[in-house]
Amino acid sequence: MAKQYETVIGLEVHVELATKTKIFCGCSTAFGGAPNTHTCPVCTGMPGSLPVLNKKVLEYAVAVGLATNCDITRVCKFDRKNYFYPDNPQNYQISQLYLPICRNGCVEIETADGKKNVGIHEIHMEEDAGKLIHDDWADRTLVDYNRSGVPLIEIVSEPDMRSAEEVIAYLEKLRMRIQYLGVSDCKLQEGSMRADVNLSVREVGAAEYGTRTEMKNLNSFKAISHAISCERERQIDLLEAGKKVIQETRHFDDNKGESYPMRSKEDAQDYRYFPDPDLVPVYVDDMFLQEIKDREPEFREAKMLRYEREYGLPAYDIEILTGEKALADLFEATTAICGKPKLVSNWLMGETLRLCREKNMDASDLRFSPDNLAKLIDLTETKTINGSVAKEVFEVMFEENIDPAAYVEEKGLKTVGDEGLLRKTVEEVLAANPQSVSDYKGGKQKAIGFLVGQTMKAMKGKADPAMVNQLLREYLD
Amino acid sequence: MDILSLTAVELSQAIREGRTTAPEALAAVFERIAKKEAEYHCYITIEKEKAMQEAEKVQARIATGELTGPLAGVPVAIKDNLCTEGTLTTCGSKILENFVPTYSAEAVKLLQKAGAVIIGKTNMDEFAMGSTTETSYFGVTKNPADITRVPGGSSGGSAAAVAAGECFFALGSDTGGSIRQPAGCCGVVGLKPTYGTVSRYGLVAYGSSLDQIGPLTKDVADCAAVLSAIASHDEKDSTSIARTDTDFTSALVQDVKGLKIGIPRDYFSEGLDPQVKDAVLRAAKVLEQNGAILEKFDLSLVDYAIPTYYTIAAAEASSNLERFDGIKYGYRAPGDTLGLHEMYKKTRSEGFGEEVKRRIMLGSFVLSSGYYDAYYLKALKVKAMIKQAFDEAFSRYDIILGPVSPTTAPKLGESLSDPLKMYLGDIYTISVNLAGLPAISLPCGKDDQGLPIGLQLIGDCYSEKTLIRAAYTYEQAVKTGKEA
Amino acid sequence: MANIISDETIEYVSILAKLELSDEQKEAAKKDMGRMLDYIDKLNELDTSGVEPMSHVFPVRNVFREDVVTNRDESEQILKNAPEEQDNMFVVPRTFE
Repeated sequence: MAKQYETVIGLEVHVELATKTKIFCGCSTAFGGAPNTHTCPVCTGMPGSLPVLNKKVLEYAVAVGLATNCDITRVCKFDRKNYFYPDNPQNYQISQLYLPICRNGCVEIETADGKKNVGIHEIHMEEDAGKLIHDDWADRTLVDYNRSGVPLIEIVSEPDMRSAEEVIAYLEKLRMRIQYLGVSDCKLQEGSMRADVNLSVREVGAAEYGTRTEMKNLNSFKAISHAISCERERQIDLLEAGKKVIQETRHFDDNKGESYPMRSKEDAQDYRYFPDPDLVPVYVDDMFLQEIKDREPEFREAKMLRYEREYGLPAYDIEILTGEKALADLFEATTAICGKPKLVSNWLMGETLRLCREKNMDASDLRFSPDNLAKLIDLTETKTINGSVAKEVFEVMFEENIDPAAYVEEKGLKTVGDEGLLRKTVEEVLAANPQSVSDYKGGKQKAIGFLVGQTMKAMKGKADPAMVNQLLREYLD
Repeated sequence: MDILSLTAVELSQAIREGRTTAPEALAAVFERIAKKEAEYHCYITIEKEKAMQEAEKVQARIATGELTGPLAGVPVAIKDNLCTEGTLTTCGSKILENFVPTYSAEAVKLLQKAGAVIIGKTNMDEFAMGSTTETSYFGVTKNPADITRVPGGSSGGSAAAVAAGECFFALGSDTGGSIRQPAGCCGVVGLKPTYGTVSRYGLVAYGSSLDQIGPLTKDVADCAAVLSAIASHDEKDSTSIARTDTDFTSALVQDVKGLKIGIPRDYFSEGLDPQVKDAVLRAAKVLEQNGAILEKFDLSLVDYAIPTYYTIAAAEASSNLERFDGIKYGYRAPGDTLGLHEMYKKTRSEGFGEEVKRRIMLGSFVLSSGYYDAYYLKALKVKAMIKQAFDEAFSRYDIILGPVSPTTAPKLGESLSDPLKMYLGDIYTISVNLAGLPAISLPCGKDDQGLPIGLQLIGDCYSEKTLIRAAYTYEQAVKTGKEA
Repeated sequence: MANIISDETIEYVSILAKLELSDEQKEAAKKDMGRMLDYIDKLNELDTSGVEPMSHVFPVRNVFREDVVTNRDESEQILKNAPEEQDNMFVVPRTFE
């Protein structure tokens, strides 16, 4: 019988913190600036420049540590990780090796196989690297240091995961915790959350772990799953062929479903870590910890229970609404104004997410205010506008955050409530479409739809379709 | 009036009183430079035009009473590892031969704020690694006391410039004695402040945990005035300390009555030139005659300071100097076809001198996998023990007194052949940096060759005032003794 | 000399330090480093068990910046000293194949 193998997976997850400034200097972390416009002597490694720690970075890192059940290191230090690469202007990265800020945490995940805990070995603070842009025309590389010094935390898990499904569940769990804390938007595609996969295989029942490899360049959950299955196969093939797995870092190519080693002779992988003499130790006291704890938000699990209890929403709605912190926030704020949770939920889950998908946006990119959504709901509830007008108005509001009440007023979109006018129009439509009238009377129920449409058209869409229907039947029946 | 014979404090007073002007003083300095610089080579860069313009501006501000301090209008020389906006800053290295910073070191800014006029940038051992100023890419500096001798180092250009009258005072940096030792060799006053007293922002780092900027001056009063100007709590330097006691001129008092001075036997043993020993002990006697209490004691661990220092300094340097890679500034090896790592290696191999490469190699080794604990961590532990030994000494004494160096200035070309021997010359200065302490070097006579001998006073942290008081007392006693 | 530095060690350290040494320089470096390490080994005479390694001499701690943007676009100054520049970026040899 063929040998049975078990996959052992640990993750190194980098999360970009949503601070206004970089970790060690007062440069902006905003995306989208022209190259090197968010740089200074510190984040470009100019001679004589010195780092000073952004307090927010510490607060955020501690908040994540507390939210993942870690012990907070009361005296932590920064170390230098030395390696030469052009995206790293000092040729050392300021990171934490010896005394990371958080240790010994865990999060609970749930998969089809049930619930389990994934251990967190440590969380440390560090700086991001710059961006390398390859100029294929001139066959050289260009360096932009705008991202150099952007704060990161690296969350190192224990090798507790056994399948891609568990890995995805773990990442989702981290993403939710961190997003809810508001310390990062955790977007895999945009790189604000990045996962490196450490993977080894061993025979089922073996006591020792196998030799692991580390895989980088995984930009989506799909790529992660793909990389895990490819690497598992590759390692098993090696072992079956009597070969050994080499401990190395591999670059995964999602298109080809292949990975290749990143190491060259010039990368000794000997980082010569030592305490950074330019930074002083960080002491975390009880008061500081308490302050961070006090700021802890309601996490997703608690929110889900409350939505059911407080708003009586269906489980499906709750799942979707709480799946993005921004969506949940919008839901709560809007409901607080209009007091109609299910209607708010419908707008968010329906039109909002439809447009998000269409425009490739996240809930965090939404621009319209809860106030305006509440107004729109109010306009439909009071039948001031009809459903199709409401959708039109919503699209404009989605784009430009207009005040729907004012917009409806300005554009004259109110449903016409004047029964006299409506009757007159219905009579005209009936007179103009004798064929449809006789079709209907001849038993073709569908013909009434055409007549409703003609009436709505004549009313320029500003009629209540139910009322039109009712009037037509009154005349016809 | 012979302007060049004035001290910095005297000069600023003369300017304030209208007896001379900042441009006049600067002109006098440039006259001296024109005469002597070709021989001594104190400077790597001289900014004559810029300095003249600055002197005019400062003079106007003195005239309006806007600038009244003791450094207003006084020409100063800056060691070339301190960044100066718009002025070449080379660290004595080919790798920075064309580096013009777009920012100034905090200490430089503070001097400019005080109205000092920057003449230029002084020669130094490459990246401050050396004790003779001979490892500079830009040639050696000669000791004005004897041009066949080195001026000491690494702040040799600064010390020589002060001694030669090519400036009124200078800034240096001290990682293992680099202010005090050249001050001793050239017969001027040099002070290494308590770690964290002067911002390191803009000082090109050598050993970050050891580096401090400090003054090189003609006398103790100037030293106190300069230190008062450059001491600051700088938010850009995390290791900067908030001190409130930074009016060091208030310590210019001739009084050492009851001051307890410890003389470490370990500083007077084998390897110390007898003439240096005699001069230093004579100086101790002068302080005793003025009321100080002398006592010999065993400091211990002195022999361990050098290996500890070279491990830590080399490790930090190997990391600090990684940023010189030919990408962002400075020298880059020519060749369009070079691969990335070839470019790094060629740039660094061609850009750094031998001594720098030696320390980078050593530092990379002691931090490398498998050696960190045995070397680097061990050195950090011995550092803790050395600090402890000083703590014990300062529980009994106000000041520790000893020589600056085992010998007077060596001959040019003598030291570099044997680096280890050169390192041994730092034996009395190095442990001060490891323990973060303040220490002052001041002239205490000359040997039979006419070469200056340096006296070193070491204080507990934050005790610069005690050092200045003792140094001032000694200096005044010798002066009045001579005059009498 | 107690510490004999091998060719491999010198080769390895020069990769770490990104220095290219000629054969002659390698020989000199081996000797230099061996001598320095012999000298540093003197520290082994001291019993340091129970001693905390001291990286900072003073008990300075918790030095922070507030999270406020203080820097403007300084790219012109930042790129001023670049050996080679293109499109407001630093130019380096191609970083991967």
